[in-house]
Amino acid sequence: MSFLGVAFDGIAYGSLLFLISVGLSITLGLMNFVNLAHGAFAMFGGYCSVWLTQAWGLPFLATLPCVCLAGAGVGALAERLLYRRLYRASHLDQVLFSIGLTFMAVAAATYFWGPTQQRVELPELLRGQVRVLGLELGAYRAFLIALVLLISGGLTALIELTRFGAQLRAAVDNAAVSAGLGIPVQRVFCLAFALGSALAALGGALAVELLGLEPGFAFEYLVYFLLVVSVGGAGSVRGTALAAIALGLCDVAGKYYVPEIGSFIIYALMIVLLTAFPAGLLGRRA
Amino acid sequence: MTAFKLWWAGLRAFGSSRLGRSLALGVLLAACESRKVESAPGAALQPAPAAEAGPIKIGLIAPFSGPFAGMGKQVESGARAYLDQHGSKVAGREIQLLVKDVTGVAPDVAKNLAQGLLVRDKVDFLAGFVLTPNALAVAPLASEAKTPMVVMNAATSVITTKSPYVVRVSFTLPQVSAPLATWAAKNGIKSVYTLVSDYAPGADAEAQFKKTFEAAGGKITDSVRVPVQNPDFAPYIQRIKDAKPEAVFIFVPAGAQGTAFLKAFQERGLAQQGIRVIATGDVTEDQELDAMGSAALGVVTTHHYSAAHESPENAAFKQAFAKVSGGQVRPNFMAVGGYDGMAAIAKVIEKLGGKLDGDAAMAAFKGLALDSPRGPIRVDPETRDVIQTVYVRKVEQRPDGFYNVEFDHFDEQKDPGK
Repeated sequence: MSFLGVAFDGIAYGSLLFLISVGLSITLGLMNFVNLAHGAFAMFGGYCSVWLTQAWGLPFLATLPCVCLAGAGVGALAERLLYRRLYRASHLDQVLFSIGLTFMAVAAATYFWGPTQQRVELPELLRGQVRVLGLELGAYRAFLIALVLLISGGLTALIELTRFGAQLRAAVDNAAVSAGLGIPVQRVFCLAFALGSALAALGGALAVELLGLEPGFAFEYLVYFLLVVSVGGAGSVRGTALAAIALGLCDVAGKYYVPEIGSFIIYALMIVLLTAFPAGLLGRRA
Repeated sequence: MTAFKLWWAGLRAFGSSRLGRSLALGVLLAACESRKVESAPGAALQPAPAAEAGPIKIGLIAPFSGPFAGMGKQVESGARAYLDQHGSKVAGREIQLLVKDVTGVAPDVAKNLAQGLLVRDKVDFLAGFVLTPNALAVAPLASEAKTPMVVMNAATSVITTKSPYVVRVSFTLPQVSAPLATWAAKNGIKSVYTLVSDYAPGADAEAQFKKTFEAAGGKITDSVRVPVQNPDFAPYIQRIKDAKPEAVFIFVPAGAQGTAFLKAFQERGLAQQGIRVIATGDVTEDQELDAMGSAALGVVTTHHYSAAHESPENAAFKQAFAKVSGGQVRPNFMAVGGYDGMAAIAKVIEKLGGKLDGDAAMAAFKGLALDSPRGPIRVDPETRDVIQTVYVRKVEQRPDGFYNVEFDHFDEQKDPGK
C-alpha cells in the first residue's frame, strides 16, 4: 500500500486519540487536576451509546449528541460532588482519588453490563471502504477525521476567542484574583470539567467500533491518553491535536513497515519528544 | 494525607465514646463468634473418624474480579451446574465448594490462596485455574500437600509436568492448533500468514501451527506478533492484504482483541480478496461470539467445545448451566472445563467410596473416562492430560444468535506439545 494510505490510517487513529485525550488536557492543563478517571468517563460514553442503540433502538449517529449531553451531565455532577473538594489537594491525593473512582467505574460497568464485549452497529454509510483518487479509505476513519477537524477548531475558538475562554484562563492562572474581579470561578470550572467529560464520552462512543468496549476499557487505554497529553503539552488544544496525530501516524506506520518493533515506536517517540520538549510540544508552562 | 488524618481523628473520637467502645467490642465478639461457627464442621477440631463423614472440600481458585472475572464465573457456574444436576452428595458425603478470587494474573495471590485452602481449610482437592501463571505457582504446593489439583482451563502444555498431582480436563493450545493446520493443508490452503498476541499462549499456538502446517507441505508466508492489548489492527491487516496469503491464522485473546481484528479484517475487504481467517476456538468462544456478530461469520476454528454441539449431554448441561448462572450468558469451553472437572472429582470420590487419599485419588484419575457435554473425553494415564475429539467449526448465524457449527472432527487428540 502506498504511504498515503498508511498516513490516512494513522491520522484517523490519531484523531480518535485526540478526541478522548483533549478532555484530559483541559482538566490537567487548564484546571491543574490529575484526573486519571478520564478513561472512565470515556467508557461511560461508550456504554451510553451501546445502551441507547440496544434498549431504545436509536441509530448510532443519533446517540452521539445524547452521549455528549449525558457525559457533560455526569461530569458536572462529579465535579460538584467530588472533584471540587480536591482542587487544592496534592497531586498524589488527586491520583489516588481518581484511580479509586476508576476502579468503582469498572466494577459498576461489570455489574450493569457484564464482563463481555459490547457491540455497536454502524450505519451502512460508515461501513467498508470508499475509493478516493485510487486510494481505498475506510469510511468510518474518514468520518473520524472530519469530526476532529470540526471539534478542534471549535474548541480552540472557544478557549482563545470567547469570553468563557478568557474567564477560564484567568481563573486557572489566579483563582483568587479572578474571583475578586467578579468571575464566577466555581461555575467556570464546573463548565470546563463538564466540557472535558462530554468530549471524553463522545470519544468513548466513537472508540467502540475501533477499540471495542468492556469494563477494562477505563484502564486499558489510559496510558495512550496520558501519553498524548504529556507529549502535546497539557492545556493546549493544538498541542494535543499535534501530538495525537504524530503518535497515531508513527504507531500505524511503525506497525506497518516494521511490525517486529512496531508497538515500541510510540514509546520511543515519546522519550525523544519529551527530552526535546519537556513541557510538551506546545506546553504553556516550562 | 488529610483524608487519613480525618479518618484517624474520627476513629479516635468514636473509640473514646462509651457507645463507640461497646459497639467496637460487640463487632469484635461477633467476628470471633462467626469464625467459631465457620470452623466447627471442619476436620481440625474433631477426631479423625468424624472427619471421614464430614463434607468433602474442594478449593476452587479462579478470577472473579478484574479483566478475567467473566472466565472465573464460567468455570464456577460450570462446576455448580454439575452439582445441581447430580446432587451435591457423593458416596454419602456432602461436597462443599470453597470459591476463592485470584483477581487476575497473580501467581503470588494464587499461592497464598492455595496455602490457606490446604492448611487452614484442609481441602481434599484444589480446582479451577483459568490462567497458566497461577496454575504454575500452585503446582509445587499440590506436590507438597499430596493433594490432587484439577486444572479446569489453563491451556499451556507444560502445566501437567510440574507436579504428579496435576490432572487436566480442559485442553492444551497445541492440541487444538495442530488439527487446524492439518485441516487447512488437507483443504487446499497452501499459504498461511500467522498473527498471534505476543505472550506465551500465542507463541505456543504459533509454533505448533507452523510445525504441523509445514510438515504437511504448507507454506508460512510471514509471522507477526502483536501486543496483547493492541489498539488498532489496521496496519497489520493492511500488511496481510498486501502479502495475499490464502488464509491468516490468528490467536488473540477473545473479546475486544478478537472483535477488533475481525472488524478491521472486514472493513478492508480481505474476505472479498479470497483471504480466509482460521483460528483456535478461543477467538470465537461462545460467551463473546454474539458481540462479535457478523464480523465473525465464516471464520473456521478448531476447538473441543461449542455450545452448538448436538448431544443429549450438552442439552442437559446447557439447561443446568442456565439454572445456576441466571441464564444471561451462554456457557463456553471454560464452563465445560468446570463441569468436567467436577464430574471427574465426583467419579474419583465414588471410586474410592468416599475414603479420600491424595495418591489413591491420583491413581483413580488416571485413565478416567467421561461422557462430557463436548463428547467423550479421558485422562491420559501417562501424562494426566486430557485426550479428546477436536472439532472443526465454522461461525454461522442461527435464529437465536451466532454459533460455532461443527462440520468435521479429529478423534483421540493427545497434547502434541509433550
